[in-house]
Amino acid sequence: MFPEILRRLVATIPVMGVVAIAVFALLHVTPGDPAVIIAGDYATSEDIAKIRAKLGLDQPFLTQVGIWLGRIVRGDLGTSIYSGLPVATLIGQRAEATIALTLFAMVISVSVAVPLGVLAAWKKGSLVDRAVMVFAVSGFSMPTFWLGFVLVYIFAVSFHWLPVQGFSPIERGFWPFLRHLILPAVTLSLVYMALIARMTRASMLGVLNEDYIRTAFAKGLAPRWVLVRHALKNASLPIVTIIGIGFALLIGGAVVTESVFALPGLGRLTVDAIIRRDYPVIQGVILVVSGVYVLINLVVDLLYVVLDPRIKY
Amino acid sequence: MVGVVVLAIIALGGAFAPVWWTGDPLEMRPIERLTSPVAGHWFGTDNFGRDVYTRTIYGTRVSLIVGATVSILGLLIGTTLGLVIGFYRRLDAVMMRVMDGLMAIPAILLALALMALMKTSVRNVIIALVIPEIPRVIRVVRASVLSLREHTMVEGARALGARTPRILMFYILPALAAPLIVQATYICASAILFEAYLSFLGAGTPPHIPSWGNIMAEGKTYVQLAFWIILFPGLFLALTVLAINLVGDGLRETLDVR
Repeated sequence: MFPEILRRLVATIPVMGVVAIAVFALLHVTPGDPAVIIAGDYATSEDIAKIRAKLGLDQPFLTQVGIWLGRIVRGDLGTSIYSGLPVATLIGQRAEATIALTLFAMVISVSVAVPLGVLAAWKKGSLVDRAVMVFAVSGFSMPTFWLGFVLVYIFAVSFHWLPVQGFSPIERGFWPFLRHLILPAVTLSLVYMALIARMTRASMLGVLNEDYIRTAFAKGLAPRWVLVRHALKNASLPIVTIIGIGFALLIGGAVVTESVFALPGLGRLTVDAIIRRDYPVIQGVILVVSGVYVLINLVVDLLYVVLDPRIKY
Repeated sequence: MVGVVVLAIIALGGAFAPVWWTGDPLEMRPIERLTSPVAGHWFGTDNFGRDVYTRTIYGTRVSLIVGATVSILGLLIGTTLGLVIGFYRRLDAVMMRVMDGLMAIPAILLALALMALMKTSVRNVIIALVIPEIPRVIRVVRASVLSLREHTMVEGARALGARTPRILMFYILPALAAPLIVQATYICASAILFEAYLSFLGAGTPPHIPSWGNIMAEGKTYVQLAFWIILFPGLFLALTVLAINLVGDGLRETLDVR
């Protein structure tokens, strides 16, 4: 098991290498001189030269790639053009809100979507099944931020049950922290929930036709026991896979959700950086987020072994 | 079926926007600013006194144009590259690692980063949305090519002396049509959503062209005062994407894709 983990970890290096080069190349493939674009409309030629030197744009292309990769390996993500602070520090400051939001959304989605999917598959063709499917399709179709505003309007503006926006760090007490996160997390979880519910249903449908399920029911086992221990366990691989892949959706949604609820997270950092054309920050965020995505999917791969003893590495 | 009908109505709405009792989407009437929905302004007015109904109907255009163009371009470029990559083994191994890397970047972040380096315009939004889709199309095409490559009909064609381009065009491509059409509907749906996200974040369609995303972006400061600015464009957006997704699901069942 351990050598396999190591081998997998090594296999992520080329993937991350491609990400790093792609993020770097972004600056160069887009039309126009990046230094001029970053400097903005009112820049003097001196400002532009300063930015060019700061980003190393005056060096030959391959040298730039080399310097960039070398810096990343050392964990140096560069410094923000706008604030002058190291990008890694900025990301560190903003990570708490985003991690809290995505984790919370993930917990909500999985704990609602998996039971819904199991129920829909078990009662296939029933009203419950159709309701779950309608919910899943609409979940995909609703713009995240719009749903956020609708929830804010209902629960914060009309009923005053929850705060309209803002964030309260966990150090200032758990309840305020949770209260501020409920609406954003529910907003963010909807798409993810739809995705997982759909996959759970599809995967369960495949398993429920198996002979051993019929046997289990015939033995007189309680339906709940059969569904969870016999069916769900065997249907879990695709579900876990989609949870990993869908994490990209969650991150994308977080950018938009943070903007709706004024949460000081990585999404806000990115959007602010885009308005200020603070390119090192944008590159840093993309790199870190993609890295987390790759790692999550690595964990999913390794989970296969736990879930299905037939898979051996 | 329901999806097709809804989509047709929305498309007609956008194409003939001036006919449907709309006014000028850019006309400002400061006296009537933030009016709640009434007879003259069915969806109310925004903070500049512009008619939200008119702007929403006109906004249909941007969404449908972006959705259609992104899916067509993504499909064309992705299919071409996918066919070539899938057929040449040496290229395949390297390119798939590159695709894995590109797909590890969440699509919305990649699109945002691209927009940060370009001026806001509908054309650039389309470019920024097509690029993240291409590796995804390539993957679908490549997977099918890999299995079809070993098919006896390809072997037969080779024996008859057909060259690779001919095989790709006349033997592989037709077999790919069904999964690609289904894929196109999903790309279209997500492109429409992403256009709204980009515009909402201020990195999409420029303000002088009304789009559902930027109407809502301008309304976000007034959620508590004038909820209608956000409510109606969002409803249209959700309905459109839902219709496209339903069409996609329907096609998937009829064409029997996986």
